Amino acid sequence: MSREKPPVPKPVFNESGLEIKPLYTPADVEASGGNDKIGLPGQYPFTRGIHPLMYRQRPWTMRQYAGFGSPHETNKRFKYLIANGQTGLNVAFDLPTQIGLDSSDPVAAGEVGRVGMAVDTLRDLEIAFEGIDLEQVTVSLTVNGSAATLIAMYLELARKRGYDIRSLRGTAQNDILKEFIGRGTWVYPVQPSIRLVADTIEFCAHEAPKYSPVSVCGYHIRESGADPVQEMAYAFCIAKVYADEVIARGLSVDEFAGRLSYNFNIFGNIFEQVCKFRAGRSLWAKIMREQYDAQKSTSMWLRMIAGGGGSGLTKEQPELNIVRGAYYALIGALSGAQTMALCSYDEAYTIPTEYSARISLRTMQLLTAEMGLCDTVDPLAGSYYVETLTSQMREQMEKVMREIDAQGGIVKLISEGIIQSQLSAQAYERRRQIESGEFAKVGTNCFQIDEEEQEVALHPYSDEDALAQIAATVQVCAERDNKQVAAALAEVSAAAAGDINVMPAISKAVSSYATVGEITAKLSDVFGCYQEPIRF
Amino acid sequence: MRSAIRVLIAKPGLDGHDQGAKIVVRALMDAGFDVTYSGLRQTPQQVAQLAHETGADVIGLSSMAGSHLSFCRKLKPILAEYGLQEKLWIVGGSIPAQDHTPLKETGVDGIFPAGTTLQEIVTFIKERAR
Repeated sequence: MSREKPPVPKPVFNESGLEIKPLYTPADVEASGGNDKIGLPGQYPFTRGIHPLMYRQRPWTMRQYAGFGSPHETNKRFKYLIANGQTGLNVAFDLPTQIGLDSSDPVAAGEVGRVGMAVDTLRDLEIAFEGIDLEQVTVSLTVNGSAATLIAMYLELARKRGYDIRSLRGTAQNDILKEFIGRGTWVYPVQPSIRLVADTIEFCAHEAPKYSPVSVCGYHIRESGADPVQEMAYAFCIAKVYADEVIARGLSVDEFAGRLSYNFNIFGNIFEQVCKFRAGRSLWAKIMREQYDAQKSTSMWLRMIAGGGGSGLTKEQPELNIVRGAYYALIGALSGAQTMALCSYDEAYTIPTEYSARISLRTMQLLTAEMGLCDTVDPLAGSYYVETLTSQMREQMEKVMREIDAQGGIVKLISEGIIQSQLSAQAYERRRQIESGEFAKVGTNCFQIDEEEQEVALHPYSDEDALAQIAATVQVCAERDNKQVAAALAEVSAAAAGDINVMPAISKAVSSYATVGEITAKLSDVFGCYQEPIRF
Repeated sequence: MRSAIRVLIAKPGLDGHDQGAKIVVRALMDAGFDVTYSGLRQTPQQVAQLAHETGADVIGLSSMAGSHLSFCRKLKPILAEYGLQEKLWIVGGSIPAQDHTPLKETGVDGIFPAGTTLQEIVTFIKERAR
């Protein structure tokens, strides 16, 4: 009697193109580098986490993205989130603020306060953070094109309220290179944009050494079509550009690298994401130690906010996004993220409501309070699969970084629109695979139901609020010392045109209630404006 | 032989989320259309100007951050100034259901909210352009 052979399973590849075997054994771990490479949490190469005790010591920071309309409304939402147990604030700014325009700018019409809070002057930040202890919550500013101004404004806010900014914590996104790839809130051309990032890093290293002036974002690179390996590799290439620029000014790597942070995306295959984070953590440590000769452990730490991931959510059966969000949070917890922010289930339609924002927050709290995710460090360590894939993904990331360098470096590829073109081609290919059913998306191409168009409570846009914002800024400008403002703005121009750091001049300007638009105008007079390369 | 249908895909307003717009551009190119992509931050004036310069048969706007209705209301008279009011006008992206009727009343011919397939857009243009 002949015995039938079991069927050979179809090959499976993860999104990064690595083939996944049906079974992993100790031999796979050995072949990919062995257990010795794994090490301990809190020790080089930090594969298992940057701290020895991770969440046993302190759970991740929960920091939902929030902010809309006027500074008053935003202040209310902030207090609501804090009252519900959120431990950090992640500030959303409206698009005019993000690209350095005042609310009164004609180009801003219809956009004031729409996707975030409108900020024209320091007064707006004073209102938004009224009654909030800046030492009790850490604040993250989601701003890039106008980040230098907003960082200066936040530090001035803290200074005026009597905090010692030498011990003030907080983060700004301030990763302009990824804005050229995706998200698009650029203002100035590539080179002066990099210079501004370096100015903020250098300034903070001296003046606000606990503040994280940059959060390098693989997140939006992934949203633009990158696979998980590319997400991490491109982010590292970008971080190296900022580091090189700061080192060229004479700072040592250990003077600033400890305050670099990262923002990564979570959607897709659970194990691929966990391995991405573990691999990335050890690769960044290796880059810092071997290429930059970093001595301090903190310089080698891949500190990150992880979350999202907008691209994983679907418009169909939106309640499934709550479930997706729960898996994303689980991934973040299994990956050792320092901070998490989840997209809310209605985010495919609109700005999250209080209700949906609370569900996202509770999703994370379930993991810490009920599910035991804080009990032990890096619980997936030692899995034959996870350790093998972690090593393989690290190798792939290194390979992608070498390829970028061989093509002339990330700045050249971004300036010429080559990365953008490559990623949009990948995004298009993925879209086609979803439409053809080749790449499964529940609710979209499988397990569908007949759905009525969802009635969603949309966040209302108010022209009256926009006018009130403009009027409030007119009032601030009428009350400020305009001579002092003019002098400060002249200093901004001079600093931009020279080769000194612009941050002290911007700090003076914001302190005297110069507007975001006034400062941007001075900088763009010197720097010019970015021209987007269109390439397909 | 008729030349290819010319399509302008533009990003109105300040929103920088262009992944969807670029996917649509690629799909329309693959479908054989002659496509121009505007890049980000187009004003109504710039959209009309670009449609005029490229001889667009189709004017497509991709909006993800909620300013589509106010933008279209501003764009309408400018399209008329350029004599482009008869061109096929389509809008896609994050367009909530309650905005569909007001957009149609403004003169938009086709609305393609998130969840639309690329083929639906291609078919609509083939059937309706020119």
